[in-house]
Parts: sequence; C-alpha cells; structure tokens
Amino acid sequence: MDEPLVVFPDPPPPLLAQTLDLAGHAWKAVANAAVAAQDEPPGGWAGAVVCAEDDPEGAFGICRKLRKRDASAPPTLLLVSGAQLSELDLREDLFDDFCLSPFHPKELEVRLRHLFWRTGRGTSPEIVEYGELILNLETYQAALAAKPLDLTYMEYELLKFFATHPGKVFTRAQLLSRVWGYEYYGGARTVDVHVRRLRAKLGEEHANLIQTVRSVGYRFGQSRLPGFRETTAES
Amino acid sequence: MQQQFDYVLRTVEERGVRFVRLWFTDVLGFLKSFAITPAELEVALEEGMSFDGSAIQGYTRVQESDMLAVPDPATFEIVPWRGDDAPVARMFCDIQNFSGAPFEGDPRYVLKRNMDRAREKGFTFYASPDMEFFYFRSADSPEPLDHAGFFDLSHTDMASDLRKQTILMLEAMGIPVEYSFHELGPSQHEIDLRYTDGLTMADNVMTFRLIVKQVAQTQGVYATFMPKPIQGAFGSGMHTHLSLFEGDVNAFHDPDDEHGLSRVGKHFIAGLLRHASEITAVTNQWINSYKRLIVGYEAPAYVCWARNNESALVRVPIPKRGKGSSTRIEFRSPDPACNPYLAFSLMLAAGLKGVEEGYELPPEATTNIYEMTAEERQAEGIQALPQSLAEAVEVMEHSELVAETLGEHVFEYFLRNKRAEWNEYTSYVTPFELDRYLGVL
Repeated sequence: MDEPLVVFPDPPPPLLAQTLDLAGHAWKAVANAAVAAQDEPPGGWAGAVVCAEDDPEGAFGICRKLRKRDASAPPTLLLVSGAQLSELDLREDLFDDFCLSPFHPKELEVRLRHLFWRTGRGTSPEIVEYGELILNLETYQAALAAKPLDLTYMEYELLKFFATHPGKVFTRAQLLSRVWGYEYYGGARTVDVHVRRLRAKLGEEHANLIQTVRSVGYRFGQSRLPGFRETTAES
Repeated sequence: MQQQFDYVLRTVEERGVRFVRLWFTDVLGFLKSFAITPAELEVALEEGMSFDGSAIQGYTRVQESDMLAVPDPATFEIVPWRGDDAPVARMFCDIQNFSGAPFEGDPRYVLKRNMDRAREKGFTFYASPDMEFFYFRSADSPEPLDHAGFFDLSHTDMASDLRKQTILMLEAMGIPVEYSFHELGPSQHEIDLRYTDGLTMADNVMTFRLIVKQVAQTQGVYATFMPKPIQGAFGSGMHTHLSLFEGDVNAFHDPDDEHGLSRVGKHFIAGLLRHASEITAVTNQWINSYKRLIVGYEAPAYVCWARNNESALVRVPIPKRGKGSSTRIEFRSPDPACNPYLAFSLMLAAGLKGVEEGYELPPEATTNIYEMTAEERQAEGIQALPQSLAEAVEVMEHSELVAETLGEHVFEYFLRNKRAEWNEYTSYVTPFELDRYLGVL
C-alpha cells in the first residue's frame, strides 16, 4: 500500500499510533476535515481510522466529509467507547466498520486488514465486492448473490471498472478510453450498448446498480452525495 | 487480444466448461456449429480450427476445401440452456483460408468489410430488428397454438409463457429486448431487439433464432421464421431500424429540419429506395418470402417512404420529443429467414450509396399506396418490389451495388443457388393447381 491512512485526531491516542506503526501502516494524523482534504495524497487516502472518543462531533464530521464527495471514500474504521455505541444509530452510513475502545491492538489490526480485503485494497486486491456483487480479479469470475454471472470479456472489464470506482460518475468518453482503451469499433454508443447488456445480465432486481446520470453518463452504485439521486430510467 | 484469450481460457477452467461450440454461418444464413474440448481451446484461439468447407453451403471451392474457423473471443458466452452441471460455451468464428486471409465466402466477413467501409467515412452502423415468428404444434403443419390477436392479454396461454422464457434466456445471453407482444396473426409473436452495432446484431439474430427454437422445443412445440406459413394470415417480417452515428452524434438527426431528418438521413433513405429491388433477393431469399410481400397484410409491396404509414417500404418513426438521438429509419421488407449478415450489409451499402452520390429523396407517400390504381402509382413513379424470387434474382444479377457489397464469391454462389431453387419450384405441381384444375380440366 503506497498511500498513507488518514488518522483522527491529531495527535492520535498513543496506543493507536503504536498499533498502526507495528502493523506497518503508513499514516498521517489530521486535526480536522479541512486538513484531511488539504493533505490528501494524489492517489487518495488508503483508508481512515477515526477515533470518536474525545471529540465525537469532530470525528463524525470528518467521516461525513470523507464520504461527501462524488468519489470513492477511503474504507473507514471508527473507534468508539462503549458509552458511545448508541450514538452510532442512524450513522451507519458514515463508517465501514468500528472497533470498541479501549481496543485490543490485535483486533484493530485484524479489522483493518479485513476492511482492506473487503474493499479490494491492501493485501488481497484480487477481490472486489459491492453489496451482493463479487468480482475475483484473478480468475476473471463475477458472482451476484452467490450465483455466477456469465459475462463476455468487455462486459466483465466494464463491470470491473465500475465496481472498483463505485459512486463516481463517468462520461461515455471516459469509460470508452479507460475500459476499451482505444477508438472502438462501435464508437461512443458502444458504452450504452454494453451497459444495457450488463443490466440485462444483472437481472431486473440489480439492473439499477448501474445508474444513468442524465446527460452526463453512468454511475455504479449509490452517489456519495446524500439527497442527490437521479432517475435510472433510460427510455 | 492476449488478455481476451486469458479471459476465455480462465473462464472455461473456472466454470468447468466441458465443450466450446464454435459457430459460423453459411451463405444462406444457417447456423453451423462444431464442438471442441477445453484442451483444444488454446490452439483454436491462436491458430483456428481446420474444417472441410466443401460441406458448407456457399463455401464450396474445388481447389481448396480446407478452411480455418478462428473464434472471436469477444463473443465468448456461456450458453444458458445447458444448465450449470456441464456448462457449454459458444464463440462466433471468422473463417480464414489457410494463408490466414479472410475467406470471402464468410458472411460475417462480408458484413465486417462493409462496416469498415462505413467507418472509413466516419459512420458507425447500428441496427435493431423486430423479429416476428410463429409457434405451431409441430413442424409438420402450421397449426396455431392460439387465436389471440395483436396486443391481446393472453396470460394463461402457453405461448406467452414461452415468450417470457425466451426473453429471460436472451437477456442471459446479453441480448436486451425492447418489446415483446402477440402479433396480428394467430400464434404469431414479435420480439424487438434493442439496437447495437451491425455486426453484434447480426450475431444476435443468429443466437435469437436458435434460442426461440430451442425454448419452443423444450415445451414440445415448434417455432418458425418462415415468412408466410399460413395462407390468408399475416406473414413474419424482420422490420429493421437503421441508424448511423458519427461518434456520439446521430447522423440522421437534424434539429433544424422540419421533420428532424438530416441530409445524410434523407440521402440514406433515397439510397435504400433506389436499390431496394436489387437487394430484395437477399433480404427476402426464399420462394415463400414473396407470398408475404403482397398487398393487404401490412407488408410492403411498393417502393416508397412515409413517416407513419404501415404500408410504406421505408418508414421514418417520429422520435419522442427531445430524443433526437433515437432518429432512425425502418426498412420493412426483410423477413426473419434472411441471412442477417448479408441483409445488413446490403441495407447499409444501399443507404451509403445514397449518401455518397447525394441521391435526392423522392416526395413522401401521403396516401395509402394500396388504394391507388396501377395508373396512379405509375403517375407518382411508385415502383413495385419484385414479386417473385425469380424476378428478384433477375434484378440482383444486374446490380453493381450488390456484386460489390457481397463480393464476387458470395454474389456468384447466391445467384446460382437461387436460380436452382427457382428451377426446382417451376417443375413442382402445387396444391393450388390440383385444387383448381384437376376437377375441371
């Protein structure tokens, strides 16, 4: 993993700093959301470890900030005390996993590793998961709700690109250049055709995983911006 | 390419695929298939599989009958009707001579060549056919399953169940469906395929015909794409919606034109009209096809165009407001028993010819052409489509456009084959003659 983790608060609790160092994670502490945005490396934060114990408002604020943008959010681990558990109600969208504080260093380490594995980063980047969709990048296999999806090569490549960039809107031209990589036989309409094929194969229930963003392009999964939802209807 | 090979090889391994079917199409549009095992797959992808072409309609060549079928890895699909126990996959093939050059008798190559020509002019060709067909109790006689009509809600009948299963299977094969409904004739059905580039669509039509027949077979009935199976009932057409795109832009659309149609669109229609009779032998290639192209059953019989007239040969559907990108032309003569690769090639070539030469678009047919007298039609310059296979072949034989589009090999074979078919027919004593003449002469 090249990019560091973003850690809140600054300085972090000594045990947290020590655990991250021992586990070999590069990290950078930030005092607030503004600093997190300003210090963000070009490749994005590898993940976030946010400790809510001393400053819950600041902690939830930074979690919100990390998600509130139309790009993939870093996988976020929240540290909370037992007394704060009830505060997590209705905030489940703000973090990917949490760990009770005081924490056991081993637990924190396992949770982080698991989080990276699940989101396709870190030690096992061959698996990409989104909801019920799983892509094994090593074997080229895709499965939805535990049933294998039979895809053509280009359908697979398109789905892989989408699933590794959830929540982000791409124009047809962007998809064409990043997935097909060259001026393809079918022209830019090819993207529409393949999206339609993919939706057909995902089935009615999951067809809306790929959303049409009117007069822009397509987005996979939900927008990271709350309250900003477009219609999926294409025709 | 290597990555696509890896994808195919790995998927075959991971899914435990037992056989890979290699598909290609003969000149008359019949799907040909042979199976290879996963062990042979890598060689097949890299070098192609050799086979004896002399057994294939239209591939025959005395001097060199061995050919190569080279699978197109982009068309690799697991076929959904074989179940998960022993999955079977398929790939469409391009046919090559042993020298590695494309075989000019391969219909898929003919279409690729014509799409490349369009691309050199900056156009991508899209097609979307409306596939009509009948379900019968068996292949022995045209006995319908039901007597429902157009758009009838007949949810209890077996045919709509069949159609539903068919659509699910099509979607599983990556062939999205736009509409499906009960057509005008008894036991007649229509499934409209959503547009895609011409080559993929021709592959899709081949897959479609197979799936429709397979699903019918599992239910003990028979599906047919015969153009006119029941005398006195509607025939089965393959109205094909055509469009050209220049990059992201629909080349047929012009927001400033009063009908939303661009110069390119108008020339394209003019090209289709001018060459319609020449390409009819291919878009309607059977003797039976001409039993459909008659007056009174909403099939076109005359060469004309209109915006909203079901009897016109070329129809320009009015796009929904703000949907200029869906501007398209509907060519209504083809039937679903054609060879889609060759038919699409000719529709594209005829239209492009109009664009290249800047053909003027004749005025729109405003009245119902069928109600006009022969004199009135003549006065308006409205010609009839060929009325028999013999006539169509005769017109085609003199067509520079068809010869050039199909290539000498296919052109020459097609004419020979169709003349032979017609000759056989002329010596056939039909029930019509027995009914009519035996008792009185």
